[in-house]
Parts: sequence; structure tokens; C-alpha cells
Amino acid sequence: MPHSEHFSKQYDSDLEDVRSRVLQMGGVVEAQILAAIECFSSGDTERMTEVTDTELRVNAYEVDIDDLCVHIVARRQPAARDLRLIMGVSKAVTDLERMGDEAEKITRMARLIHERKGPQIPLQAEVRRSGDLAVAQLRRALDAMARLDPDEAERIISEDALIDTEFRGILRQLITFMMEDPRTISTALEIIWVAKAIERIGDHAKNIAEQVIYIVRGTDVRHTGKERRRSATDEGA
Amino acid sequence: MAEPKPDLDTLPLKAQASALDFYYGDFQALKKIDMPIYEKRVTALIGPSGCGKSTFLRCFNRMHDLYPGNRYVGEISLHPDNVNLLDKSVDPIEVRMRLSMVFQKPNPFPKTIFENVAYGLRVRGVNRRAILEEKVEEALRAAALWNEVKDRLQDMAFNLSGGQQQRLCIARALATEPEILLFDEPTSALDPIATASIEELITELKQRVTILIVTHNMQQAARVSDFTAYMYIGELVEFGWTDDIFIKPKNPQTEAYITGRFG
Repeated sequence: MPHSEHFSKQYDSDLEDVRSRVLQMGGVVEAQILAAIECFSSGDTERMTEVTDTELRVNAYEVDIDDLCVHIVARRQPAARDLRLIMGVSKAVTDLERMGDEAEKITRMARLIHERKGPQIPLQAEVRRSGDLAVAQLRRALDAMARLDPDEAERIISEDALIDTEFRGILRQLITFMMEDPRTISTALEIIWVAKAIERIGDHAKNIAEQVIYIVRGTDVRHTGKERRRSATDEGA
Repeated sequence: MAEPKPDLDTLPLKAQASALDFYYGDFQALKKIDMPIYEKRVTALIGPSGCGKSTFLRCFNRMHDLYPGNRYVGEISLHPDNVNLLDKSVDPIEVRMRLSMVFQKPNPFPKTIFENVAYGLRVRGVNRRAILEEKVEEALRAAALWNEVKDRLQDMAFNLSGGQQQRLCIARALATEPEILLFDEPTSALDPIATASIEELITELKQRVTILIVTHNMQQAARVSDFTAYMYIGELVEFGWTDDIFIKPKNPQTEAYITGRFG
């Protein structure tokens, strides 16, 4: 892209700092979600504590990056793509922080499930698959953010439906378990919370992808259907 | 939520530059400028030094006529009568009655506050005291200066502060009820408070008059204008709604300039 650097080297370095910290935060959140899903599968209580501790780091990242964004707005009055980057990053950071909350929720439920005596529900593999899909979406969204790649972001948005389908599949199976043996109801409800948390993580990854499109093309594709998203993208291209 | 922007085709035009070239002797300072000026809207001209924005502004009141060797090609039509301001048959004095200019530095005449505002009216032959008083008050009120000077109208204009002097110049420009107000960096000599009061005034004045403003301060353009034109070495690079120019410019050159990547 022509004229990629500002006259002010400090401005360039401030923007770069924001971007790299978001990616670092994303890496931390990604590891946190993986650990949370691992806890769900294994019941490893040490890792549960690890996930909770990580939450504090994630929160600190959120506050820190928002503070950087406020400083850039106050001191530089960013315009055009710089402005869109700051706005997009600020929103993406909120999504990442909420993903962290969801990871913590997964570990909380995992603890309850593993501490409970009684019939278990053998859905680890399904939940794990759904979790892996969500983590992959997050990883791709962060990658799209790093490379400012709106095409990849579009693919991520369209593939969010896969996680939703997985969630509905898990829900159907859980209903079957509950109907067959009401003693599984408590555990099934907790697994629903886990599956829902994973589905929400997928939604947040999609939100980040939407911000990538906004940053690069300046088109706001949130709350738009596929068709409208395409026409907005054509208009922005 | 930002208000939806009306369709440009539905907005009334106040003026239109068409294929406008301008030459300082052999040097071509403006190249084929095509640009609409919408009625009762604020249009900001931005661009690096030497891009031609002030030259373009000065075409509107034929200021370039004051120097020999300057030459216009193309036209600026003023609506609704569709008269070409640049046509040799059009008297520049007539043009200047319809378009008033406010300059970078406040330039009150060495006269009283009252006489500064009354000056343009007197030139037009208005001499009845009652009419002058009425018009001067109206112009001073429109320029948000009346309350500060109503008890000292016979004081010399130089006794006012810089910001007040600039508002006096705006009042003087408004007294003759121009159709377009031209501002050439009107706040570059003012402090931030006086700047804010002039910006506030510009926003109020667009209720009654069309405004064209040259500014080096991009944030000022973003704050006060409805439309922004980015110019570079005599060419109009991009013209559009100010929101679009500052959030999502179409041209990479515009984006580079407004994000501080290129001057």
C-alpha cells in the first residue's frame, strides 16, 4: 500500500503497539479456551485454576489496550483507516475478554460435572470437536486481524454456522439423555452451558472477523445477512 | 446514530465549478476543477500547502483580477440565476456583493465597530441611520458579537480581542447579506477558545448562508463542514460528505493525507 508510514514515527509505533498487544491478548485467550476445554475433558483441577488465573491477565490486557486506544484518540485524532483500526480493535478486545469469561464458565461447569457422582454423559468428543472448531475460528480471526485480510474474515463469518450446527446437535443428544434417564438432567444442563459457551466463543470470533472487514473496507457488516453482507462488501471494495 | 445523508441529487446547488483552470501567468495553479457547492452547507477545502485551495477560494470573489497576468479558464456558475462569476462581462464588484470573504487574520478597518459593519452598506448607498442601525445590529447578532459590543459601538474596532475582531469581520461580511461566505483559514491566528466560537458560529451561519472554508486544520474541517474537498497540486482529488472523507475516503491519496502519511 502506498504511503504506509506516518510522518510521525511515534504514531506508527503507537498503532503497531496496539495491534501487537491485541494479537498477544488473542494468543492468551486462545490458550485459555484450549485449557478450559481440556479441563472439561479431563477434570484436571490444576488446569482449572490456571484458566481462572489467566482471566486476570486477559482483563488486564483489555484495560491496557483500551487505555492505549483512548490515548491515541486524544493525542492523534486518528482518521480513516487509523480511526477504523482503533474502533475495530477496541471492539475486538471486548470480544476477546468475553471469550475469556466463557472459558472460565466452561471450567466452572467442568468442575461441577467432574465432582458430581452419578451417571456421566459420554459427550466429551462432541463437545471437544465443537470447542476445536471455535478455537480454530478464533485463531483464523486473529490471523485475519494480523494480516488485515477481509477475504479470510468473510470465510470465517460464513463458517460460524458450523459451530451453531454442532451446538444444536449436542443439544439434541442431551435431550435424549435427559429423557432416558432423568438423573442425568443436572449434568446435561451443565454440558449445555459448556456447549453454549463454546458457541458464544464462535460468535465472538465472528465479531472479530467483522471488525477486520470494517477496518480494511470501512463497511459495517454486523447484523447483516449474507446477501446484505455481500452487497456491502461489493460497495466497499 | 448518524443521520442518513440525503441523496446528492436532491440537494440544491449554490454554485458549480466546471472545468476550472487558473493560471498565475504561465503557472497553472488549478487544473480542471469540477466541484459542486451545495446551498446552505459548509464545504471545506483541505490539502497541503500549494495545493490550490486558497487559489480556488479566491476565484469565487474574483480576487485574482487584482493582479495582471492571472487567467481563468472554465467557469463557476452561481445559482439560482446560473451566472458565470468568471465571465469578463460580470463586474467583480457585483460578484463581491454576493460573496463575502473573511481572511486568515482579522482585518477590521481603522474605524469604529459600528462603521466597520456599516461600511459595505454605505458603499451600497444605504445611508439612513435607522436602516444602518438595524442592519448593523442584525449582522452583529448573527456573528454572535452583539452582546459583547452593544454598549461600545463607537469604540475603535482595534480595541476588540482577536476573536472578537474576527467575528466583527464576519459581521461586516454578513451585513450586505451575501449568498456565500468565503473563509480563508479564519481561525489560524486565534486561540482555541476564539477558534471554538468561530466554529460554533460557522455551524449557526449555515442556516442562512452557504459557506466555503479553506483550512489547514483537518480536524476543523471534520468538525464544521458537511462536505470536504481534498486538493493536491491544483487538482481536486476527492470530494464527498465529510463523514465519508474522514472515515472511509475512496482515494488512497486522500487517505494518506488525512491520516498524516503524506503531505
